[in-house]
Amino acid sequence: MKFDTPAGQNPIDQLKVVGKATDRIDGKYKTTGTAPYAYERHDVAPNQAYGYVLGATIAKGRVRGIDTAAARRAPGVVAIVTTLDTPRLERGRMNAAYLFGGDAIQHYHQAVAVVVAETFEQARAAAFLVRVDYAPEPGRFDLAAEAPAAPPVGGNSGEGSGAAGAERVGDFEGAFAQAPVQLDATYATADESHAMMEPHATIAAWTGDRLTLWTSNQMIAWSKGSVAKILGLKPENVRVDSPYVGGGFGGKLFVRADAVLAALGARAAGRPVKVALTRPLIANNTTHRPATIQRIRLGATKDGTLTAIGHESTSGNLADGKPETAVDQTKLLYAGANRLTAMKLARLDLPEGNAMRAPGEAPGLLALEVAMDEMAEKLGIDPVEFRIRNDTQTDPMKPGRRFSHRNLVGCLRTGAEKFGWAKRNPTPGQVRDGRFLVGIGMAAGFRNNLLVKSGARVRLDRDGRVTVETDMTDIGTGSYTIIAQTAAEMMGVPLDRVVVRLGDSDFPASAGSGGQFGANNATSGVYAACVQLREAVAQRLGINSADAVFANGQVRSGNRAVPLGEAAQAGELSAVDAIEYGDLAKTYQQSTFAGHFVEVGVDADTAEVRVRRMLAVCAAGRILNPKSARSQVIGGMTMGVGAALMEELAVDTRRGFFVNHDLAGYEVPVHADIPRQEVIFLDEADPISSPMKAKGVGELGICGVGAAVANAVYNATGVRVRDFPITLDKLIERMPDAA
Amino acid sequence: MKSFTYERPATPAEAAAAVARNPEAKFIAGGTNLLDLMKLQIETPTHLVDVNGLTLDAIEPTPEGGLRIGALVRNTDLAADARVRRDYAVLSRALLAGASGQLRNKATTAGNLLQRTRCPYFYDTAQACNKRQPGSGCSALDGISRGLAVIGASEHCIATHPGDMAVAMRVLDATVETVDGGGATRSIPIAEFHRLPGDKPETDTTLRAGELITAVTLPKPPGGRHVYRKVRDRASYAYALVSVAAVVQPDGTGRVAFGGVAHRPWRVEEAEAELPKGAKAVTARAFAGARPTHDNGFKLTLAERTLGAALHEAQAPGREGVRP
Repeated sequence: MKFDTPAGQNPIDQLKVVGKATDRIDGKYKTTGTAPYAYERHDVAPNQAYGYVLGATIAKGRVRGIDTAAARRAPGVVAIVTTLDTPRLERGRMNAAYLFGGDAIQHYHQAVAVVVAETFEQARAAAFLVRVDYAPEPGRFDLAAEAPAAPPVGGNSGEGSGAAGAERVGDFEGAFAQAPVQLDATYATADESHAMMEPHATIAAWTGDRLTLWTSNQMIAWSKGSVAKILGLKPENVRVDSPYVGGGFGGKLFVRADAVLAALGARAAGRPVKVALTRPLIANNTTHRPATIQRIRLGATKDGTLTAIGHESTSGNLADGKPETAVDQTKLLYAGANRLTAMKLARLDLPEGNAMRAPGEAPGLLALEVAMDEMAEKLGIDPVEFRIRNDTQTDPMKPGRRFSHRNLVGCLRTGAEKFGWAKRNPTPGQVRDGRFLVGIGMAAGFRNNLLVKSGARVRLDRDGRVTVETDMTDIGTGSYTIIAQTAAEMMGVPLDRVVVRLGDSDFPASAGSGGQFGANNATSGVYAACVQLREAVAQRLGINSADAVFANGQVRSGNRAVPLGEAAQAGELSAVDAIEYGDLAKTYQQSTFAGHFVEVGVDADTAEVRVRRMLAVCAAGRILNPKSARSQVIGGMTMGVGAALMEELAVDTRRGFFVNHDLAGYEVPVHADIPRQEVIFLDEADPISSPMKAKGVGELGICGVGAAVANAVYNATGVRVRDFPITLDKLIERMPDAA
Repeated sequence: MKSFTYERPATPAEAAAAVARNPEAKFIAGGTNLLDLMKLQIETPTHLVDVNGLTLDAIEPTPEGGLRIGALVRNTDLAADARVRRDYAVLSRALLAGASGQLRNKATTAGNLLQRTRCPYFYDTAQACNKRQPGSGCSALDGISRGLAVIGASEHCIATHPGDMAVAMRVLDATVETVDGGGATRSIPIAEFHRLPGDKPETDTTLRAGELITAVTLPKPPGGRHVYRKVRDRASYAYALVSVAAVVQPDGTGRVAFGGVAHRPWRVEEAEAELPKGAKAVTARAFAGARPTHDNGFKLTLAERTLGAALHEAQAPGREGVRP
């Protein structure tokens, strides 16, 4: 189905199932432990052996030799594959680092061997007996040191945000120089780890030259192609299956070492092999959100009209790695006649930087939305009003190109009212509650809406049961449920008559889970397939499809009502289709919007920051399942608190690695850190987005939250920290007198 | 994890003898720290002596009016004991500030005293660490050291003792009771139990090879108001950047020990004489000679301000506390 004109009325608009707060249909399997994750799929292939990955212990250099003699003699060892046994493998889609093969070490904990044994414990013990002789080389590990000489580099995150080395509108420098009120501030954001619950894990089995991977992956079609490329196989000889994913956040958008080494290990062992990356490997072996250094310059007239907006960001990465696109949202969020956005990329020898939940916007808004708070204070204008004053309904970089639907102002006004913003004391450091200094902050949230081709197959059996098959993944987001809701709405059946099967590369290729594009596109693909199935049903029943009403498990036409399953009595009906988009995304700017409001308490003595209240108001098109959408947003808000207050991969700039490589050292918020969170979805539908009239919320939830936290900390204490995360050591020397 | 053999002896002396005769043997109780370290081959015992079956899990009054806490009393049970809550509240609070509910259910009193540092370089076997591998060097000295020691460290090691319970034990003047392989018992004052790293950072305590902790004894209740204040980067399940255990008497005198700042719970008795003058005077004495790294100087300010908060809490009328 081609989607190239705005959606009119369609069966989804009935909203009998879609749009209703609905429990996850997979929830009972997850809560009872019967939803098998990759490492637990004991039944899919007999005689599985265990692989243990050994990571390099230098950050840069060469492997001179690997002595596996002692490891091979260890109990239970079946096979060992080392990087020196293997020519350097091709890279898959979006990989900057080479995953395996050859003697070159690009980063710490790069995989250098996999040891396969009868048990996990045997594989791990034997791996410690492998002796690797390295020739280390000096590397570049310090972003701040490399940033001044970093060249301008454009790029995109591969999932929605992008920017050029430099983009200009009007005369930024001139307008900034002449602006009566100016802000020029530099912000830093930290390297962050996805820290998902389920580690990267894969079971691999070969049948001749056919390879099956049961794995944990967000993007099945990408990965199938990548596995074929990395291992030199024909794509049709690769099957990837990932029905349950225990969190990805962008860390599982692509094939990583677990999949490659399970495949190589299985080939060497002559039997299926399962591999999970250990927690200490995840920080340095896989990908992370790169640190940034961002300079923001804002110029405004005294009435608070922005006349100059400049945002420059520097990040670092391996050769062939991409910049963190932290300036992307600044092209679109506020009006302003004179603009500059620019990115620089330093070459670093740290592990690969790549997409993590809202790549670009998440760190970009940490800087931009704190800068807006600082500018509002300079202007003496309320931060909510300042943002509203500079709202735009058109793309500021391309005047004349409208937003498909933009209600940022509604988010901000609703949020301010519901949160009690009017009671905020704009003078910082004034409000005390017991031992806490209390502050309130807000920020705008912004994330683009991406349109990606997505396919599905829908089958109808004689019992009237509808089965949906697509390689779409559910990474904890609720894909199963919204896909079932879509099929139920389209086919006029209750939810429990729909079976959803996901994550198998033998199913039609979908958008996959990334860039908050999964929900809208995957359900639109299901919509398209259901339109075909409705047609087939009508034909089979001899009904004019235009007259057919699908409701209550029946197909009605005039006075005739037939049970839906009737259409499949002579054999199952099946329809395959995909949603494909025209140029509506070019004609219109499609984005999602939020207003984030946060109250914090800062311990007056110790400067510990604790969040007390949070509210997000989101304008993101039709909300398909308010219950799982809320879960997405509060998850994003929680991650935003992490970025603001604690998450940081600590770089040892001498040895070139992330030091705190486990969950004791890399702190993410725990339950005790997260207070009551409220989420309000503005009631809207965007017919320019898709037949579902929906957009995404999975990344909107994190966008801007951290800045709202930072602005609340400032309001509480009067201390402005521009170096994230805002840990107490950055506040303590500047705290107001504790008296 | 290396393969290991395993035994469950019948008596404390047998357990001690089993470890004494095998230099590669270790005791295991709750295992909440040891098992993690074995998986990473930071600890590589080839023989484990499981002491969980020994009946060392009672909390009993002593003739001197104190409490004798069996080595195997679980952290949860110790924190919840009515006598501990009434008479040694600082201990209960310190325990509840540590780890998580699940870990406290498993972790034991003796094991808690023996938990090893959380220095990140200790945890990465590819990095030089004198504590893990004597003579290899200290990667932390000019590395990431935000969480590490500011005082009592050496050029060989700047690790901190990561625990909370021991800080309270230190302020309560606890005594560690042991038995050795020959059945001989010993009482070690808590002040002498944890070592400073010096040139032997691999040795955390003054326990001898094979010596088994059987109990920790508390003297008679100190009275006063008890405060344990733990400062950390998140609200739960994190190690202390700085913690303060304080017992403050109505006249303003008292005792105070700090966690998160040194290789052992940090208490300087002479500094306690300054308590009536306030936090600044105490920390000036207690941290005289401190040598923070480029990364952790904030801990000195934080220690002073946290002590100030603790004293404020101890003095605030109507607050929860222990009456003499």
